[in-house]
Amino acid sequence: MATEAKTQQLVVSVSPHVRDEESIAKIMWTVNFALLPALIMSVYYFGPRAVYVTALCIVTAVLSERLFQKGLKRKVTTNDGSAFLTGLLLGMNLPPSVPFYIPVVGSAVSILIAKMLFGGLGYNIFNPALVGRAFLLITWPKLMTIWSEPTAQFVALDAKTTATPLGILKEEGIVKLLEIFGDKMSLYSHLLMGNRAGSIGETSALALLIGGALLLYKRYITWHIPFSFLGTVALLAWVFGGKGALFTGDPVIHLLSGGLMLGAFFMATDYVTCPTIRKGQIVFGIGCGAITMLIRLKGGFPEGVMFAILLMNCFAPLIDRNMKPALFGAVKAAKK
Amino acid sequence: MGHTDKSNWELIKNGIFSENTIFRMAISLCPSIAVTNSLKNGFFMGVSVIFVQTMVNLTVSLIRGFVHPKIRIPIFMMIIAGYVSIIDMTMAAFARPVYKQIGLYIQLIVAFASIFARAEVFAVKNKLVPSVCDGLGMGIGFFLAMIVISFFRELLGKGALWGFPIVEGNPLLIMVLPAGGFFAVGLLMGFFNWMDAKIAERKSAGQAVEKQAA
Repeated sequence: MATEAKTQQLVVSVSPHVRDEESIAKIMWTVNFALLPALIMSVYYFGPRAVYVTALCIVTAVLSERLFQKGLKRKVTTNDGSAFLTGLLLGMNLPPSVPFYIPVVGSAVSILIAKMLFGGLGYNIFNPALVGRAFLLITWPKLMTIWSEPTAQFVALDAKTTATPLGILKEEGIVKLLEIFGDKMSLYSHLLMGNRAGSIGETSALALLIGGALLLYKRYITWHIPFSFLGTVALLAWVFGGKGALFTGDPVIHLLSGGLMLGAFFMATDYVTCPTIRKGQIVFGIGCGAITMLIRLKGGFPEGVMFAILLMNCFAPLIDRNMKPALFGAVKAAKK
Repeated sequence: MGHTDKSNWELIKNGIFSENTIFRMAISLCPSIAVTNSLKNGFFMGVSVIFVQTMVNLTVSLIRGFVHPKIRIPIFMMIIAGYVSIIDMTMAAFARPVYKQIGLYIQLIVAFASIFARAEVFAVKNKLVPSVCDGLGMGIGFFLAMIVISFFRELLGKGALWGFPIVEGNPLLIMVLPAGGFFAVGLLMGFFNWMDAKIAERKSAGQAVEKQAA
């Protein structure tokens, strides 16, 4: 009788009253899982070196977060998968042929400088993996832009080096690109499958789309950022991408090449560094797309996704502050 | 701040540690990032600032009885500009290669917040000797900060010190670029803050122990 009475009691507690099963760890490990198809494709094309580089990144990232938290006697949170994710993303953003000290330095910079010194998970302004990559690209510009040709043989041959499709597009134009890959359909399918030079995890657009679809299905990300990002890139590529005349560009090449799919689905959507308001996320995505295309078409680098996301990261708080929706039931303040 | 009651030695130490221009006050950061990509540049910049700061404090302290407060700012500016011109021309004549690299920033010493601030808050209210000591301390504090920053930036960014190669291999190129300047200043500032907190902690712990013993 006593227990029954207890369950009948009215319990007063503060909200939230209904809790979901989701946790940081569950989301992070799902995102890691969603990156798996792209990683498998890159191992298929680039051989064991892709695994070594990515594994080094992950191990350094997790270790440096652990050591930092242990050293400062803070709660160790490396099991939530966020350091693992940073390491994995950084590894997927590196060329497969880099010397092994590069992933170690980059991962340490990502975690220690871009994440822990800002206060840890949830306080960083910039996406840690991208800060690490920007640091590496500026520090070792030559080593970071040696791209090896995909071999599709699981052997550690000294792979031939070549330029990325975007690099060829920038330096020699689309004619040369078609000369290498055959006709347009063959070029598209190469880009879709990932049979091209590039960073470890960015090459296979199809595998990344599968991972992105999983995240969308689980509602860990919403369509706002990736679609506005990709849409802006496609639109600007179509309008300004052609030689000479407007509206003659090829949006498909720009959509499928470079780190766009990886950036749009996995890095621009990082909860910590993107706006939380839906309307703001669309602005964020459009900004990312516009800066990406500006760099690809007019800038000195062949690829601009990384700098675009980093630049828009600093605008995220500003977007959030200025696009705050009116409170439910509140009257919009009159303009002065 | 009225007349100071600190001893001369305390004034010098104050400029080097507790009110260090760069690591404590966080002013005059643009030269500290622009010039510190090599130890040599940092050294000459630091020496110039020691000279200008000390001489400006000396002169301002000497004329503090004659300057009407309403026109003090242009007068201070002219004094600073005069000493900067001296160091500028001296370097142009005797240290040509360095001057070619940092000449612009030597001229910019005129607009340094730290130099004007010390004339305004200290030298104009204090006697000659304390003012000179304050200028010297501030200048040395800035000099040491420049040396520390440029030491790490040149060593990491070029694998060299004072232009002589020390380490072989691929150096961290980013450290000699402006972005690396921000990294170096930020990390060193954090390090010195951390050291300060540690020292204060130890001091208060020591006092607590003494109290308990008493």
